Amino acid sequence: MNNDTIASISTALSESGIGIIRISGGESISIADKLFTDKHGDHNLKNYKSHTIHYGFIKDPSDNTIDEVMISIMKAPHSYTKEDVVEINCHGGIRVCRNILDIVLKTGARIAEPGEFTKRAFLNGRLDLTRAEAVMDTIRATSDMALKESVKQLGGNLYDLLNNICSSILYEIAHIEAALDDPDSISLDGYDNELLSKIGQISNDIEKLIKSYDEGRVISEGIKTVILGSPNAGKSSLLNILLNEDRAIVTNIPGTTRDMLTEKVRLDDITLILTDTAGIRNTDDPIEHIGVDKAKQIAGEADLIIYIYDSTSDFNIEDESVIKLLQNKKSIVILNKSDIRTDNNSSDPVKVKELLGTKQIYPGEILPTSMITGEGIPVLKKIIRDMFIKGDLEADHGVIITNLRHVDLLRKASDSLKRVKSSVESGVSEDLYCIDLTDAYRYLAQITGSEVSEDIVNEIFSKFCMGK
Amino acid sequence: METIYSNKQTEYITDVCVIGAGHAGCEAALACTRLGMETVIFTVSIESIALMPCNPNIGGTSKGHLVRELDALGGEMGKNIDKTFIQSRMLNASKGPAVHSLRAQADKSEYTRSMRKVLENQENLIIKQGEVCEIITEDLPDNTGNYKKKITGVKTYTGTIYHCKAAILATGTYLSARCLCGEAITYTGPNGLQAANHLSKSLEESGVNLRRFKTGTPARMDGRSLDYSKMEVQKGDEPIIPFSYSTDPATIQKEQVNCYLTYTNEKTHEIIRNNLDRSPIYAGVIEGTGPRYCPSIEDKVVKFSDKDRHQIFIEPEGLYTNEMYLSGMSSSLPEDVQIQMYRTLPGLENCVMVRNAYAIEYDCLCPGQLKLSLELMDISGLFCAGQFNGSSGYEEAAAQGLMAGINASRKIKDLDPVILDRSQAYIGVLIDDLVTKDNNEPYRMMTSRAEYRLILRQDNADLRLRSIGYEVGLVSKEDYQKTCEKKEMIESEIKRLNSVSIGGKEYVQEFLAKHDSAPLKTAFTLAELICRPELSYETIKELDPDRPDLPENVIEQVEIEIKYQGYIERQTSQIDDFKKNEKKKIPDDLDYDKVESLRIEARQKLKKFRPANIGQASRISGVSPSDIAVLLVYLTKH
Repeated sequence: MNNDTIASISTALSESGIGIIRISGGESISIADKLFTDKHGDHNLKNYKSHTIHYGFIKDPSDNTIDEVMISIMKAPHSYTKEDVVEINCHGGIRVCRNILDIVLKTGARIAEPGEFTKRAFLNGRLDLTRAEAVMDTIRATSDMALKESVKQLGGNLYDLLNNICSSILYEIAHIEAALDDPDSISLDGYDNELLSKIGQISNDIEKLIKSYDEGRVISEGIKTVILGSPNAGKSSLLNILLNEDRAIVTNIPGTTRDMLTEKVRLDDITLILTDTAGIRNTDDPIEHIGVDKAKQIAGEADLIIYIYDSTSDFNIEDESVIKLLQNKKSIVILNKSDIRTDNNSSDPVKVKELLGTKQIYPGEILPTSMITGEGIPVLKKIIRDMFIKGDLEADHGVIITNLRHVDLLRKASDSLKRVKSSVESGVSEDLYCIDLTDAYRYLAQITGSEVSEDIVNEIFSKFCMGK
Repeated sequence: METIYSNKQTEYITDVCVIGAGHAGCEAALACTRLGMETVIFTVSIESIALMPCNPNIGGTSKGHLVRELDALGGEMGKNIDKTFIQSRMLNASKGPAVHSLRAQADKSEYTRSMRKVLENQENLIIKQGEVCEIITEDLPDNTGNYKKKITGVKTYTGTIYHCKAAILATGTYLSARCLCGEAITYTGPNGLQAANHLSKSLEESGVNLRRFKTGTPARMDGRSLDYSKMEVQKGDEPIIPFSYSTDPATIQKEQVNCYLTYTNEKTHEIIRNNLDRSPIYAGVIEGTGPRYCPSIEDKVVKFSDKDRHQIFIEPEGLYTNEMYLSGMSSSLPEDVQIQMYRTLPGLENCVMVRNAYAIEYDCLCPGQLKLSLELMDISGLFCAGQFNGSSGYEEAAAQGLMAGINASRKIKDLDPVILDRSQAYIGVLIDDLVTKDNNEPYRMMTSRAEYRLILRQDNADLRLRSIGYEVGLVSKEDYQKTCEKKEMIESEIKRLNSVSIGGKEYVQEFLAKHDSAPLKTAFTLAELICRPELSYETIKELDPDRPDLPENVIEQVEIEIKYQGYIERQTSQIDDFKKNEKKKIPDDLDYDKVESLRIEARQKLKKFRPANIGQASRISGVSPSDIAVLLVYLTKH
């Protein structure tokens, strides 16, 4: 039907092996080109020949490397769908695959409906005609199933919430349309400001839902947690305590831990994916230097950072500069070795909080612990859990988005609303607002499954008294 | 007209019979004769040709678009209102160009007289007063050898038979009509005219399914009894802009009449509420479905009980009458309630009612029986137009009449029908909606129904449709060439504005500062400057000394195309997508029972509407995207 560009993860979502993200459609190569760089960091995909495979990296819009991949290009018509197809082979794992797909969608593709690659393959004359019935059944079955699945995932609260958002948008569309259709009765004087404030509210609600997708994902897939700290502050000890077993080599020589250790820890109903890193510090040791860089990068991608430091030593500039990195992250600062009595300021959480607070470095949680006595560990677990379960999620409507298709449509709706806002601000005439408002409504209606064109007319007549 | 005298009966042989001489019938008959078909147009009363039994105006939001399009295609309505209007306004002038809409108050009797003259002077057109009570069909084999009903003639109440190759049903609100004013019911058409009481039966016997619709009209007052000093005055616009592309604006500038505005109040509403049990609608006497766009005042008061007043426009019905139309206050309440309620309005305290408000019920076509050409699916050669198809409004009717006339003529000539799609014209939107949707009320055109309204503007209907009118044969070569020249001027001026660039010289920066516009840091094209909201083609004149001297209507197009370029481009690309599905044809005789995997509801709907293409199929309610996918796969296979 529409030959826009579609994408999906075409391997089963599991933690093992490799994963493939497939993109098909006229824009597939230019989309992939934006996020793929070769080993020299160049964007060169457009120049590659058909049916070739290349080594390189997938980067997100802020140029962070997401994964090293092999990417293959099949140009139309010599591909499964007879369109330009790009396949990204990445390092498996639900998270990596989804991250990459997410970026592909943000770059301009649309998530494929179930069976859509096959449908395109068929419609473009790629599949044997005798398979027609099978294809029809597949499309029917998969899309019905997906619909059921999707509706099931909507759940009561989310459905209500989306419906409320939809009704608000619909009302605004109807208001403008009613005024355009019956200017003698309905005026739009002073409406711009009213619309801007309503759009602002609606956008907020949608943004919260989009955010809940990332948070919802964190809950279902595990909270990626990084333990940072100066060498020998007790990072590996903390990891071991949480794991209740010795995994990392625990020594008191700074810099023993050169490799990353990753472990899953269950805290009641949530899972932490814990990564222990080499101590962040400026070092000349080339071997350890790689570890430190990597740690900084991993911290950037983490959902939660635990900064641990040795409260027996003085709080220094280096600590402060690392703690600064935590500002916009969910994070906890641990004052370790509380079993060793000292008189310095850095062992007193109140004083540390004051210090960091007045310097406006870190406003978050500060907690004294001992890895020897276990002091503070139960509190730590509780803080983490509260942070992710009771925290933002409950505050935002108590609903989370878990379906990638839903979040894709929400993002598109959000973009459309941004365009409405800029239309209003640039002073174009009101009838043009409806173009993007209707787009936003249409995207959301695809989640709830309502029919757009009749909705608008019905809303006009039910909410606005007009006519001769 | 060839005549056969048989025993006790006259028979004529002609090309096309048009049943009804309202706005649809007139356009249909004129189109047919102008395309070379001998045509007979039937009306129950010659005096009711092109009658305006309800509001005294032509155009309005989105309806103005229809008239412009009709005119670009070679229809008559635009020319006729240009000759007979008494006030003209461009609605929504403060909003974007896509929703500007022309509306003119008509002198009703002049409008009728003028159109009648056009019909009477049209060669090959025969006007016949008489009620058609029967359609005559035969079962004939088509190209594939299947037998199908075909129209072969019509029969009048007086027994005369008109043999024809095609017929157009444009019966308006006359079919088995009855009018209701409270408890008083008369079995007449609008304005007390004779209803057509026999044709429904004949149509049903031929397999045509009919249903009941309802509409209504407000009272008319004696203008001498109204106190206009208590109302707001509404004046016409100047200069006056014509509807027709063929009308020279200079020839129609004239003195205009005023309309007036007054309001209902709590007292009015109280009277209505106290008498609701005597309203045929609320008492359940009316079976037909009424239009939400033209609600009766009873409906407004009940549904919008939070509104403490409703606007009522007082509009003259013509220059040679005192009658004033009360726009916004149609009703089917009894006469005694009507006069009480009308007299609560400021300025109407002593009003004298010349005609009562009334509701009218009539037979019209059930959805799902028409092709996009407006021919009935099951009776070859029988076309339908206007309110009979479930629409409301003079303009909607005229637009369908024109298309039905064009397509009936082309059918006789064995040419493919002309079908405008939703991206080409409001007329396309109108017909697609009527043919494809289960409308359950009289359908009114609205700008919100047009997905691509930024492209479908009233100011560019000629650029969109003149060439089609010319190819069809309703637009003269001269008119067509005028449009071509206009198009060339627009294109070359846009090209020029995009190629001339100016830098940040001092006088330029001064100019920009004067207009509160940001200074230039790099070179800008003139087009880029026009894009700025605070600037326009006119204002940047002094920066553009080499500007050619262009007509006003060319400058208008240039400005719109440049200012709205971003939006226009987006709609254009949406149209490209839309067209892909419109191009995927579905065979007329597709057996949906053989398409496996369709859901039951979708199968039923597809069987009912028999869409012509995939795009149309996808617009049928109850047909989901996956049904469309299934259908596409099936069509590819077969």
